[in-house]
Amino acid sequence: MEKQVLRFKVNGDEYEIFIHPKTLLAEAIRDHLGLTGTKRGCDTVSCGACTVMVNGFSVKSCSVLAIQCQDMEITTVEGLEKNGKLSPVQRAFLDHGSYQCGFCTPGMLISSTTFLNELNGKVPSDMEIREGIEGNICRCTGYNSIVRAIDAVAQGKYKEE
Amino acid sequence: MSHKKFSVINTPVHNIDGIAKVTGRATYAFDVTLPGMLYGKILRSPHPHARIISIDTSKAEQFPGVRGVVTGKDTLGIKQGIWRRYEELCDEQILPLEKVRYIGEPVAAVAAVTEEIAEQALDLIDVEYEVLPAVYEPLEAIKKEAPTIHEGVERNINVTRHIEWGDVDEAFEEADYIREDWFKCSGQHHMCMETRCAVSNFTPEGKLTVYTGTQSAYYHQGLLAGVLGLREGDVRVIAPYTGGGFGGKFELDAAQFCSAVLSMKLHKPVKIVFTREEDFIASKRRTPMFYYVRTGVKKDGTFCARESRMFSNGGAYTGMGATALYLTGFFHSFPYKWKGYRYDGYRVYTNTMPSTSMRGFGAPQGMFCSETQIDWICADLGLDPFEVRRKNGHTPGYEVPGQAFIGSCGLEECIDEIEKWAKAKGELPPNRGIGISACGFMTGGIFNWFDTPYSFSSAVVTINVDGTVELYVGCQDIGQGSNTTMAIIAAETLGVKMEDIKVHSGDTDHCPADLGAWGSRQTLMTGNAVKMACEDAKKQLLEFAYAEMGINIVYDLDIKDRWVHIVARPERGMKYEELVQKALRGKDGQRIMGRGYYTPHRKGMISPAYSYMMQAVDAEIDPETGKIKIHEVMTAHDCGQPINPLGLVGQLEGAASMALGYAYLEDMPFEDGKLMNPNLVDYKVIRSTEMPPSPSIEVDTYEEEGPYGAKEAGEGLTNPTAAALDNAVFHAMGLQIKELPITPERIRKAIAEKKAQEAQK
Repeated sequence: MEKQVLRFKVNGDEYEIFIHPKTLLAEAIRDHLGLTGTKRGCDTVSCGACTVMVNGFSVKSCSVLAIQCQDMEITTVEGLEKNGKLSPVQRAFLDHGSYQCGFCTPGMLISSTTFLNELNGKVPSDMEIREGIEGNICRCTGYNSIVRAIDAVAQGKYKEE
Repeated sequence: MSHKKFSVINTPVHNIDGIAKVTGRATYAFDVTLPGMLYGKILRSPHPHARIISIDTSKAEQFPGVRGVVTGKDTLGIKQGIWRRYEELCDEQILPLEKVRYIGEPVAAVAAVTEEIAEQALDLIDVEYEVLPAVYEPLEAIKKEAPTIHEGVERNINVTRHIEWGDVDEAFEEADYIREDWFKCSGQHHMCMETRCAVSNFTPEGKLTVYTGTQSAYYHQGLLAGVLGLREGDVRVIAPYTGGGFGGKFELDAAQFCSAVLSMKLHKPVKIVFTREEDFIASKRRTPMFYYVRTGVKKDGTFCARESRMFSNGGAYTGMGATALYLTGFFHSFPYKWKGYRYDGYRVYTNTMPSTSMRGFGAPQGMFCSETQIDWICADLGLDPFEVRRKNGHTPGYEVPGQAFIGSCGLEECIDEIEKWAKAKGELPPNRGIGISACGFMTGGIFNWFDTPYSFSSAVVTINVDGTVELYVGCQDIGQGSNTTMAIIAAETLGVKMEDIKVHSGDTDHCPADLGAWGSRQTLMTGNAVKMACEDAKKQLLEFAYAEMGINIVYDLDIKDRWVHIVARPERGMKYEELVQKALRGKDGQRIMGRGYYTPHRKGMISPAYSYMMQAVDAEIDPETGKIKIHEVMTAHDCGQPINPLGLVGQLEGAASMALGYAYLEDMPFEDGKLMNPNLVDYKVIRSTEMPPSPSIEVDTYEEEGPYGAKEAGEGLTNPTAAALDNAVFHAMGLQIKELPITPERIRKAIAEKKAQEAQK
């Protein structure tokens, strides 16, 4: 198959790259754009380390072809902060110690952000939060500090700066 | 003592690498790209045991895009191991010349311009094998007729370990009741989120730089130099960030070794990243163990004697397994006083992936067998499990005969706390129970199998003209937050603020040698070195302060929150940054520099200090399906003086999740030497929805040997959980399960057996 042109927006910036159609979105983001914040931890769409936002939805970027994202808007962990200001979820993760080795953190932050966005202000139950991040494995923290951080944001304790 | 007022210690702080980690700025070896870099892939053995007759790489070498192929013949053929003080335990050639001993063992490696081409080229390598008979279980491998895995090793017994104190036979004589059980403890995969990964760059001046995830940059520097025939100083290991370790990342691995061999051959940077499947089949695992345990007690619950025999599935090579063999036997006695104790451990080679250290280092297995049997003995004799543990538990100042000196010990307080918590739960519904387990763990090992001539930990601190501080340490931050802990200790000692400290670690060119992150050693050992280095620097500063302030020499001076002052008259003083500038001039412009080091002495054979804890698990069993629902995991914990409270909670919660996984989810079944679940679909780790609340309380102790009274936290809590859950299952339904993990199938089987026994009666 011949290479194709992919035009998409990543973290607000327009990109045009020339890729093989079987290039995964994760590969396009990491290898073509050099945005290495997004990680990869498995080959079976199981771990969630590669989670990014595609048109506002959480997507495991190892599970979609980059070319499927033609004209779409992608947000990676690098796009969560705005002008050097951390997002509410990022600040809550810092305050609650919701990361250790940090390898799952980019994907976990994206899943948490998407989950919170989809709530539209509704305060979730503990189990709803847990279901919101069930697709992301964290081997270090035991998740509870992550759940506390998401809960704090959902409770309105962190505002956009 | 422990109520000293601290400025930084035990206050909530953000980890110093927090911003990097929550913004995606933290770069791991996985993210490293160098100009002209090639990608490597490893060809692995499909056989559990086979002789290599020949390897033909010519077709692969000619494949377009391939730049080079290496096999064992391109190496010095040195057998390596981390127990480098003992030649016979250095038994692994990472690219073997003669034999493969497990499925997944590397036999060749390819470097190409893309990873895809390297992978395709693997298919073009022809390896002719003579398949040999194989053996997979230790109790089979020790039989006379079993195949020999390593030439000259009789009955495949790799290492043995005998631990004994007291007159064991006499102590058994005193017992009113003796119980014997056999246990089987499973393996567990570290499952670090970052798989094994290395980028090696050998340059014409004869120097090698390796970017890799590691628990000890210094170990990897030494191990690589040893197998590659380089001087240690010509090998630079850089660990930018490490995506998890848990005991699995301080031996030499094939990503590091093969990328280095390829880079030395091709004079190009080479990157090798393990797939998740490769990580599962060919990194290492927690050591599976068979335990026979015989325990004698008096009617009132006083422990008399224990003798245990343990056979571990060592897999194909030694690695760190020799240490686990010792530690499992020692901690199997913990945290109790035995009049007589005897342990015989046999580490047995098999044709499976090598077993090694994993968080808890053999103790989770030893404690699972011990703590479950204690609960069953209590039930047999009608004794209270809390009371029996209290009666026999370690106390401050106790000496484990000939083995270890216990300094601080908060075990009794931990038992009290958990008993209070359990009683407050009141009567539980049917099929629900609370199980408890006590335990303790070391704070770093007093072992030098690596034969290092350096101090176990060292630190260097320099102070810049504006008062900011450069701290150089060799301890390794793998996510547990050691850089933050060291920054806290430095800030507290120097009397400055967290934001004044920069920590430099994970680079052997710029940081002092340190044994790294294993055995819960860094807070105490590197922490002591950091404290000493900072005290050294501070003393130099205060000498200038005495001269500058012109005060009576009987006054004590101190620095706190950047204020240099008379201790008795805190309002009298000067600014820290002003003092630094003056001191610099007074030293003819030399930077203030402090040095510190730590090596344990006169503390027995195991560790300079021990943490203690008790954990309780509240679990409910569905009698139809055998499924376990865990309601809560509660911990009372003695880690001495907590240094970083947020990090401490994270460590304890993380330990609980990993240990719960070990207790009831994670398993590594093999068929004919082949791991049956080498992926994250079939290998089950705890996910967010399964993780129960896991609160903890710290009891107040102070450890004289630790920096500011601190000792171990985060590894030891992997030890009690499997036993506590199994005891919960016992108290919920009367089931005695002697095999891990506690799966629904095992529970259903135990229910059926219990019903059959009751019917017989």
